[in-house]
Amino acid sequence: MNEKTMTEEQHFSEVIAEENICVNENLVFEKPETLLDTPMHYCPGCGHGVAHRLIAEVIDELGIQDKTIGVAPVGCSVFMYNYMNIDMTEAPHGRASAAATGIKRVLPDKYVFSYQGDGDLAAIGTGETIHTCNRGENILIVFINNGIYGMTGGQMAPTTLVGMKSTTTPFGRDVAIMGNPLKITDLVAQLPGVYYATRCAVNNHVNVRKAKKAIMNGFKYQDLKKGLSFVEIVSNCPSNWKMTPVESNKWMEENMLPFYPLGDLKVPGKEN
Amino acid sequence: MKELKLMKGNEALAEASILAGCDAYFGYPITPQSEVLEYLAQEALKRTGMVVLQAESEVAAINMIYGAAGTGKKVMTSSSSPGISLMQEGISYIACAELPCLLVNVVRGGPGLGTIQPSQGDYFQAVKGGGHGDYKLIVLAPSTVQEMVDHVKLGFDLAFKWRNPVMILTDGALGQMMEKVQLPAQLPRTTVEPEWATVGKPKTRERNFITSLHIEADKMQEINLHLQKKYREIENQEIRFDKFECDDAEIILVAFGLVARICQKAAQLAREKGIKVGVFRPITLFPYPSNELNKLAGQVKGMLTVEMNAGQMVEDVRLSVNGKIPVEFLGRMGGVVPTPEEILHKLEEKFVGEIV
Ligand SMILES: Cc1ncc(C[n+]2csc(CCOP(=O)(O)OP(=O)(O)O)c2C)c(N)n1
Ligand code: SF4
Ligand SMILES: [Mg+2]
Repeated sequence: MNEKTMTEEQHFSEVIAEENICVNENLVFEKPETLLDTPMHYCPGCGHGVAHRLIAEVIDELGIQDKTIGVAPVGCSVFMYNYMNIDMTEAPHGRASAAATGIKRVLPDKYVFSYQGDGDLAAIGTGETIHTCNRGENILIVFINNGIYGMTGGQMAPTTLVGMKSTTTPFGRDVAIMGNPLKITDLVAQLPGVYYATRCAVNNHVNVRKAKKAIMNGFKYQDLKKGLSFVEIVSNCPSNWKMTPVESNKWMEENMLPFYPLGDLKVPGKEN
Repeated sequence: MKELKLMKGNEALAEASILAGCDAYFGYPITPQSEVLEYLAQEALKRTGMVVLQAESEVAAINMIYGAAGTGKKVMTSSSSPGISLMQEGISYIACAELPCLLVNVVRGGPGLGTIQPSQGDYFQAVKGGGHGDYKLIVLAPSTVQEMVDHVKLGFDLAFKWRNPVMILTDGALGQMMEKVQLPAQLPRTTVEPEWATVGKPKTRERNFITSLHIEADKMQEINLHLQKKYREIENQEIRFDKFECDDAEIILVAFGLVARICQKAAQLAREKGIKVGVFRPITLFPYPSNELNKLAGQVKGMLTVEMNAGQMVEDVRLSVNGKIPVEFLGRMGGVVPTPEEILHKLEEKFVGEIV
């Protein structure tokens, strides 16, 4: 910290003290209790951190910290258990929904969720994803679709867009070689075991609020024991997309969202 | 005295798991062990409320086990060779995360899709690791249907005592054959979870998390050292074996599981001919009864290891006796079971000239 910021900071705290505005009744924003103080390792602007926070807020608001068990994937969010103040298991790559099944089957009255990237959920773990959905396990799956393998350094994901560059599709994804991007949420929404399927994003405040509502639904619906809730969050990966956070959000809006349109794919009680 | 029942190995094992108060079974059909899942599907839920779920693959099954074992419940899966191969990644995670669970491998002949006939070809996989990294399973090798029953409760007890996965390594013949068994009394299902279990974090304790990820080398080494220390302690405390007429023996047959019984018959035939033969049967394959074998090596002329594989446990027998005496090997593969007569023949061919 240099002298200038020190002074500014001091000045700022003096103002706060004088005005006496830092009192409980003025609080408008707090860190959720379910979020630990551990600094997150995510790159600046990455959607993972926002998604974690939303899950923590929902757990706080529902008051279910003592009844919730999460399953982290292998992917950038592998350390999720370092940030969430709940019981968690870190599953092998692709198998989070199977581990969540095991937990939910022996603890049917607890709230169980898995949190998985696109490589984890829609490539190596496709079998587990489809069958967990098809069995109608009463869990929530949060699916972070950033169109890339973040953790391993930017290889192609099943969700990588046609023409999109990655380290393993250096000339852009060629359908003739690599096939088309997989819309796994559309696919699982067809299964009777899935009670609720929706696609969200966390790129702006409106979408953040909608995503929070979707996650809230995914927890609440577990009380009904009517099947699985599947919440896709279309996200970004500034580091591997090789963009600034702002550019990455813009790119996401212009390229990802037209192919992965936001909105509900299956809503309880509605013909879809 | 409890009544005796005539039961098939796989069904006896399944029954024993219900009686042991097992909380959940996750598995996928494969011959020669599908009866375990079938029997449980029929019996378990209505009797104890035990969860029984047919998974979509062995990969899914072992990860259901991983999740459920993390809640501190008594959980079990069973499979046969190709299915156990598929589970190896999950088993490695479970071993590193130190979760108790019971795994059963009703071994069939390999490699590849192989045959559905009995084999001991998965000894290395079970005892030396199988999956990636330095870990150990506690491995139990039953030789009778009664032991298939007894090893279920023993397996759960050891798994929880050491927070370690336990494997019952048996074979297609034991799984399929019928024998008299005495069943134990019904034990309760799990009611109190251990303090490390992921069951939902109350305000009164720190969160529990189950992981095998320790990204810093020093920390990962620490975890490894801790595991190795545990394995040495298991070696100190949990070795089990059986001896048959070893006291005056000049030659020892070494075999595990079903083959040890065939060896007993061969030993009898040998004694009828005046050749003093005993049988040594390791019951725990890890921890291995090396010291006991080494002691025996001091009092006999030689050992013959008999296995239904190309020579796997024989490496451990040779390491145990450490060159004191010759250790010969007879192996049958691909589902062929050795006969007492051929064992006797091999024994005479290798040793009798020297002894008589
Ligand atoms: C069995 C296995 N195969 C491969 C890997 C390597 N690996 C780790 S994370 C990952 C991809 C993660 O991508 P994604 O699921 O999209 O998550 P993100 O990092 O993008 O959030 C891969 C291939 C592994 N850990 N385990
Ligand atoms: S690599 Fe990508 S997905 Fe991973 S933390 Fe960085 S921005 Fe997020
Ligand atoms: Mg990804």
